[in-house]
Amino acid sequence: MARQAPALPADGGAGIPLSRRLGRLLSGDATARRVGFAFALLPAVALAFVLITLLVKALPAFGFNGLSFFTKSVWNVGGYSSAVTKTGGVEHLQGQQFGVLAEVVGTLVSSAIALIVAVPVSVGAALFIVERLPRQLANLVGAFLELLAGVPSVIIGLWGALTFGPFIAKDIAPAIANHMPDVPVLSYFRGATGAGLGELVSGLVLAVMVIPIVAATSRDLIRQVPILPREGAIALGMSDAQTARRVTLPWVGSGILGAVVLGLGRALGETMAVAMTCGFALGAVPGNIYGAMSTIAATVVFQLDQAFSDPSGFEIRTLAELAVVLMVITLATNVLAALLVRRVSGTALPVGRGL
Amino acid sequence: MSSTSSADLVPPSPRGATTYEWPAVPMRRRVGNAVFWVLCFIGLALVVVPTIWLAAGIVVRALPHFSFSVLTTDTTGETGGLENAVLGTALLALGVLVIGGTISILTGLYLGEFARGRHRGVMRGAYEVLAGIPSIVLGYCGFVALSIGLGWKNSLLASWIVLSIISIPYIAKATESALGQVPSSYREGAEALGIPAGWTLRKIILKAATPGIVTGLLIAIAIAVGETAPLLAVAGWNDQNPSLSLTNSPIGYLTYPIFSFYQSPDKASVDLSYDSAFLLLIFVLLIIIAGRVIIWRSRRHAE
Repeated sequence: MARQAPALPADGGAGIPLSRRLGRLLSGDATARRVGFAFALLPAVALAFVLITLLVKALPAFGFNGLSFFTKSVWNVGGYSSAVTKTGGVEHLQGQQFGVLAEVVGTLVSSAIALIVAVPVSVGAALFIVERLPRQLANLVGAFLELLAGVPSVIIGLWGALTFGPFIAKDIAPAIANHMPDVPVLSYFRGATGAGLGELVSGLVLAVMVIPIVAATSRDLIRQVPILPREGAIALGMSDAQTARRVTLPWVGSGILGAVVLGLGRALGETMAVAMTCGFALGAVPGNIYGAMSTIAATVVFQLDQAFSDPSGFEIRTLAELAVVLMVITLATNVLAALLVRRVSGTALPVGRGL
Repeated sequence: MSSTSSADLVPPSPRGATTYEWPAVPMRRRVGNAVFWVLCFIGLALVVVPTIWLAAGIVVRALPHFSFSVLTTDTTGETGGLENAVLGTALLALGVLVIGGTISILTGLYLGEFARGRHRGVMRGAYEVLAGIPSIVLGYCGFVALSIGLGWKNSLLASWIVLSIISIPYIAKATESALGQVPSSYREGAEALGIPAGWTLRKIILKAATPGIVTGLLIAIAIAVGETAPLLAVAGWNDQNPSLSLTNSPIGYLTYPIFSFYQSPDKASVDLSYDSAFLLLIFVLLIIIAGRVIIWRSRRHAE
């Protein structure tokens, strides 16, 4: 393979106009490769920039906040006018203490609610779209999914805070809260229902944001399931519901799992929609599912401005530590997804699995 | 299937009946089947209803007071118009298109066409990790390092950089997969005709991959326009029209009024919040339509 630009004449192409020489140079494979290489490094540079900034800011905070950062729920910023003191080489304010257990729990619980609601809904909808809807309607629903995926999260937050949240608080939550039996687990659904900003509404709003990811991917995957195994299942006397459950879904299981984890990543890192619907109660672990709470991302966005009033700069460092925690959670999710999908896809292909 | 036609296929039963009764589907199976599909339909309803509720809720709330004068007046305090925000958002999107677009398309091009093996894995890993970092974390870094560390304050340049970093994974991925979908026969044909590799890339492969790349750019614009959290930090807010100075220049953008005015006791401020949401919604719709047109046209060309 002679992958080279047309060679220049022996005199170095002196007679050829500069613009054409430049054109030939740029059309050359080697140049394109070099330019491409330089630009392909930039995402890595950006990543390094992000990681270094975070770690430089966060490392002193890791030392000072210690392990209790993860086991306590406290957000005591100290007095901004009090003297800056130094402990173990880290500047901070008198009385400052941070523990983010509540925010970590809030992040995980709201995302869990989102997945519990969104996954069955999305997979069921995807099955119905592929197996039951005529092409035209399926296209229309596809457009809805695209719209839902494209709506900026702040608009979903606006809807969640002013329309959906009050609706849940007024029409849905009291009915659930009054009729739930007072047994472990279910008693979490009892009690005061609040004004529509809290854990449940945040989780449901997140579900609305996860649904288009999982539903659209599931739909595309289910469409690609070959007809033969499904026909075989019908021929063996399976009903079409059984075929869907035991042939179609196992066939695409690993792909759907990948989409679910992608959705989980979005839910964990989502900022605005949750910030507007969680009721922002810093350091509060809600007593029931309707209670106000906070997530890591919401805390960062709400506290960032104020944190710069801290003359010791320690609050900024704490937010960096919080950002590192969030990043570790989302990246761990992605790595887990990669491992899981690889492992599952090794065994998920044969038709009979799960029968 | 009617009973008369099945009679032709099935021999008369020993009891001498002339028609054959298919065994009835057991009630349990019939009910189970129906229940399953009803549940799936409920799932579909739970996808469609919130979408309509969301879009209609914003439109119904915005339309009664919406007037096109919001496009030509600036924000004053928490009321007024949105000209400054519209222009600022357009400026931000343009920058993302130029900076983020250039970087990511060339990255995708390099990874799709040149890089091999381990090399490619590491470089692709970089932007895939970047895709997994929440935008608020990127916004934090931009604010701490660029706005504070380099002293750019709320600035156009810092916003461009942060939004570009956010958009890189989407465009790069779209470019790479668009290049991957170009049939290898195109390359082989070009090779057989003795066309230089650079030419093949520019005139044949890129041409075929353009719809996919443009779709990636559209997604990136939609993200840049809809982003809020990082912009609150790096762009700030400005109720004047954006200036073109790169640093120390707060910018208005459409998502800011939504987040900052929606809880205001003043109805006019909440109205402005909905106006903003309405404009963004229309913008998202336009992007979706543009994407569909591009895909439709490229399909028509391919056939």
